[in-house]
Amino acid sequence: MKQNSILERLKNGILSENPTFVLMLGMCPTLAVTTSAVNGLGMGLTTMVVLAMSNMFISLLRNVIPDKVRIPAFIVVIASFVTVVELLLKAYIPFLYDALGLYIPLIVVNCIILGRAESYASKNGVVSSLFDGIGMGLGFTMALTIIGAVRELLGAGEIFGYAIMPESYVPCSIFVLAPGAFFVLAALTAIQNKIKIAGEKKGKDMSKIGSGCSEDCMNCGDKGCSKRFYGASDEAKADVKETVKEKVEEVKEKLEETFEKAEDTADEFLDKVENKVDEVKDKVEDKIDEIEDAVEDKVEEIKEKIEEKVDEIKEKEDEKND
Amino acid sequence: MSDLMKVSSNPHIRSKVTTSNIMLAVVIALLPAAGFGIYNFGLDALILILVTVASTVLTEFLYEKLMHKPVTIGDYSAVVTGLLLALNLPPAAPWWIGVIGGVFAILVVKMLFGGLGQNFMNPALGARCFLLISYTSIMCNFECDTYTGATPLATLKAGGNVNILDMVIGRTAGTIGETSMIAIVLGACFLILLGIIDLRIPGSYIVSFVIFIILFGGHGFNPTFISAHLAGGGLMLGAFFMATDYVTRPITKKGQYLYGIFLGILTGIFRIFGPSAEGVSYAIIIGNLLVPLIEKITLPKAFGKGGEKA
Repeated sequence: MKQNSILERLKNGILSENPTFVLMLGMCPTLAVTTSAVNGLGMGLTTMVVLAMSNMFISLLRNVIPDKVRIPAFIVVIASFVTVVELLLKAYIPFLYDALGLYIPLIVVNCIILGRAESYASKNGVVSSLFDGIGMGLGFTMALTIIGAVRELLGAGEIFGYAIMPESYVPCSIFVLAPGAFFVLAALTAIQNKIKIAGEKKGKDMSKIGSGCSEDCMNCGDKGCSKRFYGASDEAKADVKETVKEKVEEVKEKLEETFEKAEDTADEFLDKVENKVDEVKDKVEDKIDEIEDAVEDKVEEIKEKIEEKVDEIKEKEDEKND
Repeated sequence: MSDLMKVSSNPHIRSKVTTSNIMLAVVIALLPAAGFGIYNFGLDALILILVTVASTVLTEFLYEKLMHKPVTIGDYSAVVTGLLLALNLPPAAPWWIGVIGGVFAILVVKMLFGGLGQNFMNPALGARCFLLISYTSIMCNFECDTYTGATPLATLKAGGNVNILDMVIGRTAGTIGETSMIAIVLGACFLILLGIIDLRIPGSYIVSFVIFIILFGGHGFNPTFISAHLAGGGLMLGAFFMATDYVTRPITKKGQYLYGIFLGILTGIFRIFGPSAEGVSYAIIIGNLLVPLIEKITLPKAFGKGGEKA
C-alpha cells in the first residue's frame, strides 16, 4: 500500500496505530465515558469529527503557522471545532450531550488530536491529513465502542441497551462504575504486553505499542527495559546522532594528520640512519684499505727481510763451502 | 547422603512457628464465629462458607498450576481468606456470590500482586468491597429464614431501639460471622494467648472508635449506644481478625498504634456521618493503603544514630 494514500491512512488509524489499543493515547475519555456502548460510540464519533476537521485545517495552515507558537495555534483550531460540535450535540442529540457532560469540552486537550496535529497534519498534505484524522477517529471509535460494550455487558447485561444476558444474570455493576474502567484498562494492558512480548520474541519491531509505559524512567522499576535512559524523543535522538557523527569526523581528521606527521618523521629518521650507515661504511672501507696496505707493507718488509736472511745464509753457506 | 553431611546456608536453627501453623490457628480461632453463624442462620450459611472456602483454595491452586509456580495452598492462607470472606457475606446470599468473591479475592487482590505477603490489601476485605459495590442489593439484604428486618446498626441509625444482650450473644440479623461478639472475642482470646496477635491494633482501634463515638455520636456518654456500636456490625471481626492481618498491617509498633487509631476514627466517620450504617470494611481497606506511609514515618532510628547531641 502506498505511503500516505487514503486507504493506508485509514488502515493505519484503525489497525496498525490504533490510538487506544496500540498507542495507549487518550486514556482519560477512554476510561471515563465508556460506561456503555452508546456512550463509547458517541464519544468516538464526536472526537472523530473534531480530529478530521482540525487535521484538515492545521494541514492547510501548516505553512502559515509560525513554528514557535504552533501549539497555541493548534489549540485554537481544535477548540473552535470542539465548540461547534458541542453546540450541535446540545441542539440535536441532547441525551448524548448529557451523558458525555464535561468530557465534550475536554476533547480540546485530548492528546490524540494534538498528537496527530503535531506529528502528522503539520507535516503532510491536506487530503492525507483529513483521512489520517478519519482513520484515527474510526480507530478510537471502534476501541471505545468495544470497551463500552464489554463494560455494559458485564455491568448491566446489555449491549446498546438491548438485553443480551439471560434474565437470571445479575449484573456486576462495578463494571459501569469508575473501578470497572481500571479493571478493563488493566486487562487491556495485560493483553498488549502479551502481544508485545510474543512479537519481540519473533524479532518484530514492537516499539509502537505503548503498553502502559509511563515513559518515566526515573521512577520505573523495570531495570531490564530496553527504553531505559533512552526515552528521548526522535528529534533529540537525531540531534545526538548528528553530534556523534561530527565528533567522529573530527577525530578522523586529527588521526589522519597525525599519521602523516608520523610518516614524515619516520622518513626523515630513515634518511638519517641511511646517511649514517653510508658514512660508517665508507670509514670502515677506508680503514680496511689502510689495514690491507699496512699488512701488505708488512708482508713486503718481512719478505724482504726473509730474502735478506736467506741471502745472508746462502752467503754464509757459500763461505763455508769455500 | 546422611543428614549430618548436609550442607546448607544459614539460618541453621529455625523457629517452629510457620505460616501454615499461624494460618491454622487463625482458622481454629474463626471456628466459634463460623459455628455460631451456622447455628444462627442454618444450612444456607454452612453451604455458603464451604463454597467460598472451596473457591478460594481452588483459585489459588489453579492459578499456580497454570503459571507453573509452586503450589502454596498447603499454608492455609487461602482457607483463612475464604473463611473471612464467607463470614462477611449475608446468609441469604446465593452461592455464586461466594464463588465470585473468592475468585476476586485470590486472583485479583492476592495472586496478581505476587501472592501471600505481597498483597497490598486484605484479600477478603477487597473482595467484600468488590461485591458490595457490584451487588449492592444482594450484599445489603440481611433478610433470611431466621430474621427479618434491618441489622441492629441500621436500626440504630434510623433511630430505633436495639436489644444489647441479643447483639452480644449474636441473635440478630447481619453477616454470617459478625453477629456474635462472644464467639469472636473467644477466638481472638485464643490467638492472643498463642501470641499470634496482640492488642496493639485492636486495642487502639476500639478505644479510639469509642472516644470518637462519645465525641461525635450525638448521644454523649451513653453506655447503651456505645455498647450497641461495639457489638454491632463487623467492628469486632474487623478489629481482631482483619486489621491484624500480618501482610497488610504496619510492622513498626508505633505504626500499629497509629494504624489502629486511624481505623477507629475512619470507622466512626463512616458510621456516624456516612450514608450507610457500616464502615469497617472500607476503613480497613483505606488503612491498608496507608500502611506504607505509616511505616515510613514510624521507622525507628538505626542503632547509634540520632539521640542527644553533646
